[in-house]
Amino acid sequence: MAEKVLLKGNELLVEAAIEAGCRFFAGYPITPQNEVPETMSWRMPQAGGVFIQAESEIAAINMLFGASAAGARCMTSSSSPGISLKQEGISYITAAELPCLIVNMQRGGPGLGNIRAAQGDYFQAVKGGGHGDYRLIVLVPGTLPELYQLTMNAFDYADFYRNPVLILGDGILGQMAEPVELTPYEPILDLPPKDYVLDGCKGRPPRVVKTLYLHPTDSLVQHNLHLQEKYARIRRELNLYEEYETEDAELIVSAYGVPGRIAKGAVKMARREGIRAGLIRPLCVWPFPAAPFRKAAQTAGRFLVVEMSFGQYVEDVKLAIECRRPVAFLGKGGGWYPSQEEILEEIRRLSSKAQDPASVKGSV
Amino acid sequence: MNSPSETKIIIAGFGGQGIVLVGNLIARGALMEGKNVTGMVAYGAEMRGGTAYATVVVSDEEIACPFVEHPDAAIVLNRPSLEKFEPSVLSGGLVLANTSLVKRDLQRSDVSLIQVAATEIARELGNLKVANMVALGAFIQHAKLLRADSIERAIGDLFSAKNPKFLPLNLAALKAGMERSRFVGPAVGGRRS
Repeated sequence: MAEKVLLKGNELLVEAAIEAGCRFFAGYPITPQNEVPETMSWRMPQAGGVFIQAESEIAAINMLFGASAAGARCMTSSSSPGISLKQEGISYITAAELPCLIVNMQRGGPGLGNIRAAQGDYFQAVKGGGHGDYRLIVLVPGTLPELYQLTMNAFDYADFYRNPVLILGDGILGQMAEPVELTPYEPILDLPPKDYVLDGCKGRPPRVVKTLYLHPTDSLVQHNLHLQEKYARIRRELNLYEEYETEDAELIVSAYGVPGRIAKGAVKMARREGIRAGLIRPLCVWPFPAAPFRKAAQTAGRFLVVEMSFGQYVEDVKLAIECRRPVAFLGKGGGWYPSQEEILEEIRRLSSKAQDPASVKGSV
Repeated sequence: MNSPSETKIIIAGFGGQGIVLVGNLIARGALMEGKNVTGMVAYGAEMRGGTAYATVVVSDEEIACPFVEHPDAAIVLNRPSLEKFEPSVLSGGLVLANTSLVKRDLQRSDVSLIQVAATEIARELGNLKVANMVALGAFIQHAKLLRADSIERAIGDLFSAKNPKFLPLNLAALKAGMERSRFVGPAVGGRRS
């Protein structure tokens, strides 16, 4: 095994992107992701790529439209308020079906909020945020080895499906350091040739990259149906999650990102106390990995959802199990996080109730 | 402590005292010994002269939570950091105090104390900036968490790459801290042994 390096998440992200062949970065500073543009500013020139500190977040995302249309592997990063600014551009990029990577190291909101970690941008990430019927592939690493791997994979997903990928992290994922082995990039998909890029049409018919569909009248309908087919295919093919001790679990705990790893610790503690708890920790939240939830709902009596927001991710868990089991909720927001002990306390409370069938009735 | 093999550490002091470097070196030392480790630095509006702190979690098992609310050990290089973090240390845990700047005994009787006059020793060595390395030496000597040679290697790696001329001074400071520090057990009957 190669030697592990100790880097902050934000720095590691840069190494993964460059290793995966990303050669264009545009961004604008905002805490807690400032190490991304900072590191990019010297690493990208070393790799022969382009680093641009844009005049705004809006400019940066639109530069990605251009870079991607020209065929470059490209990315931008920001944190919550900056990602809000990018939404128009993200909608355009999805309409034009251009691959790119967008990273959101979420901070406390709404508004300018604070600079602590949060997960309040979940709805924005998975339900839209920009206008129109579009979807982003949304990856949610919880550890730094996962951040390294998923960042490299993100470029493959983006190119394979011709769709932007969003890494939905949080301030802690960006700021924490954890040892990671910097494995070489290996494409995980058989990538199609980029037969859409605008690289000069000498000797071939011209190509058009556009997002305006006025003629014929139903051309936008056709374009949307094409996009929906693609999204359906992604739903069928992409399914990333970790399952832990779910087999015999009476209570399923679920969380993503950094709370996901904290919840795993709480589940381990609960198991040591003899409580049959299990964990489902998604690594992508669009498409939502519904299968393990549906399967667990057949045997587990109840669910507990933990997130660093006040009830967003929990909705997708309820949808995944079609509300067939009671779903308890532990949410922290405004830049606060749930501790292992708090989650354990909730597990204990729910499991003792679960042992008493009378109390389960009507407790939804 | 969430599992017997996990140690949570807070390092705190004035901005400029090299708090982040101490956290970084403990994390790198742990990495060299094949342990799991996470590290974080408070990233608010930190500045020279303000308070700064870093946290490290070292474990033989997978680390669930990178946050440190209740440390097993608090390394405090100034008085305000002792006020802030002494109450949060786990019972049976450890406080390392830079006695040059922390002029009071602990209020807690259920934790051990490592005393080291880090700032004075650093001044004797000719550079106040290595007070952090003196404190780190004292911590390594008494906390029995990591081997001295791991930390020495971590210092070597870090300084050889960036500032090789400061390497001998930092190693000397580490050694001085190991030799010129005192471990005091928890207070029994109101008195420290």
